Amino acid sequence: MTAAIDLLSTPTRRRRRRPSATVIFAFAVLAVAAFAVVFGGVLYPDAMRQDILSGLLPAGSPGHPLGTDELGRDVWAMTVAGAASALIGPVCVAVGSMILGIVLGTHAGYERGWLDVVISRWTDLLLALPVLLAAIVVSGVFGGGYWVTVVLLILLFSPSDIRIVRAGVLEQSARPYIEAARMLSLSRWRVMFRHILPNVSTLVLTNVMLNVAFALVAFSSLSFLGVGVPPGTPDWGRQLTDNRAIMFDNPAAVIVPAVLIILVASAVNLVGDWAGQRLSQVGKAL
Amino acid sequence: MTQPLPVRARASRYRSLGRLLAVRVLGVLAVLLVLSVVIFSLMHLAPGDIVKNLLGNRPASPEAVAAIREQYHLDDPVWLQYLKWLGGFLTGDLGQSIRLQVPVADAIAQRVGITLALCALAFILALAVAVPLGVHSAVRAGGWTDRTANSLAVVGLSAPTFAVGLLLLYVFAYYLRIFPVYGAGSGGLDTLWHLVLPAVTLALGLGAIVVKLTRTAMIRELESDYVTSARARGIPESQVQRIALRNAAIPIVTGASLVLTFLVGGTVLAETTYALPGLGTLLQDSVLFKDIAVVQSLTLLVAVVIAVIALLADLAYLLLDPRIRRGGLPA
Repeated sequence: MTAAIDLLSTPTRRRRRRPSATVIFAFAVLAVAAFAVVFGGVLYPDAMRQDILSGLLPAGSPGHPLGTDELGRDVWAMTVAGAASALIGPVCVAVGSMILGIVLGTHAGYERGWLDVVISRWTDLLLALPVLLAAIVVSGVFGGGYWVTVVLLILLFSPSDIRIVRAGVLEQSARPYIEAARMLSLSRWRVMFRHILPNVSTLVLTNVMLNVAFALVAFSSLSFLGVGVPPGTPDWGRQLTDNRAIMFDNPAAVIVPAVLIILVASAVNLVGDWAGQRLSQVGKAL
Repeated sequence: MTQPLPVRARASRYRSLGRLLAVRVLGVLAVLLVLSVVIFSLMHLAPGDIVKNLLGNRPASPEAVAAIREQYHLDDPVWLQYLKWLGGFLTGDLGQSIRLQVPVADAIAQRVGITLALCALAFILALAVAVPLGVHSAVRAGGWTDRTANSLAVVGLSAPTFAVGLLLLYVFAYYLRIFPVYGAGSGGLDTLWHLVLPAVTLALGLGAIVVKLTRTAMIRELESDYVTSARARGIPESQVQRIALRNAAIPIVTGASLVLTFLVGGTVLAETTYALPGLGTLLQDSVLFKDIAVVQSLTLLVAVVIAVIALLADLAYLLLDPRIRRGGLPA
């Protein structure tokens, strides 16, 4: 599975020093998205205010640049305010599964023994599950809210982090500098987290970016299917389900959130690829 | 071309192959057994009273409650309940859907056709476009086809199936009015016509994975010594590429697990987006309605299908690689 994931990263023949125009564009997209996450709620605190009398206005109506939905809610305000819900969860998922991956992966790779066996079998089992299916079933049957979904996705995303960290730690532990550190009788924790961890951090950081993109897709898919984000919350995925029926009255209500999800997820992937290449070069230069 | 091996060597080769297969099959069975326990406990862990969950909208008369307790063996110890449930699953008795009021097996049988047709169509589309595209961009790495294919693959990997589906729906069903908006049509060719847009939606994500796998594997092969020597001998380029692709097939097939996990989630999303009455929408509706018997059966069924296909991919891997076929074990 890790080998297969490895195959998905693009090998490049030419290495550029400066980021390409695409990468700069991706950074710009992320900057705008980050702005909406931080200030969206402040700019449009009443994004969900209903106004039945001005429902289903098309895009370009006065006061409603993207029109309104059937309850008269302003699509532009909902979209800006929805960035927070659509993006904070995925970032938490990626960071959470990274922490889990570092703690469990380092222990499994450095200490080996029964702990390694248990952790490895556990990741094997979880990797055999389709993430989306498991998330739909569990959060659907147990009626999980936003943060329950975050925790669930952290658990489902962690196996890839655990495996990557474990493989990296395993590779590093055989090296002379670790032997030297052990000879100095440094504590296990110090060896694991002060000596080995910095050397596998490149792998971890690249995987975090990839996970943000995957989690973004998983999160919005769940809210599109009606689990994860509770109704009445501004959220891009939720907006798509709710507005599917009015697609032909106000197309902007569907097209704008859909394009935004695709744009942001692509941007995260592009920046992740670029950062991965940069970081691997840094390692080589040393 | 290959020399026939001495009888004893051949026998030991088959024995080691057989042992390898036996280990894989046992591993898969163990995973499925653990999953079946997890899925079985869904019913008991779901919030609310278990009898009420199983009754659904039926009136909770004492007779009905007694019937439910009888049907699901709720008075037996838990391990016996599990064994009876598993036995029922293995003999095709999947229980009763409280939402549809029909046996789960019937509900699944009614809808499995659409899902299979959708997956098959998407798979064929994806392979037909993605493999040649991957090969071409590997051969001309850095060229404009390569760059276009690469950016398309990034978008295809990043874009959620439903977002792509809604955009395609808007462009082709509403703006251009070429394809029907949703539903499954009235059977036969009409259904096939209704499946085109959902299949293209799914194929975009699938194709992105296959393009990347093919490109990476092909680049690796084209840089190897045997390709250089084949070219130096004046073997035509098209034949060289065919040989390279055959070697590249091994990592591509190994990537099947990625394709499969994408396909499971993607089908649910594509069916929901286009309102197709398939297994994906059945799962989604059942989850929202807490129709647990259906959810359990579908989840276990998907797990079994995935396990079987992963096993077949392993087998294909064995058959594709002559080094492993000769009796060497994969590292």
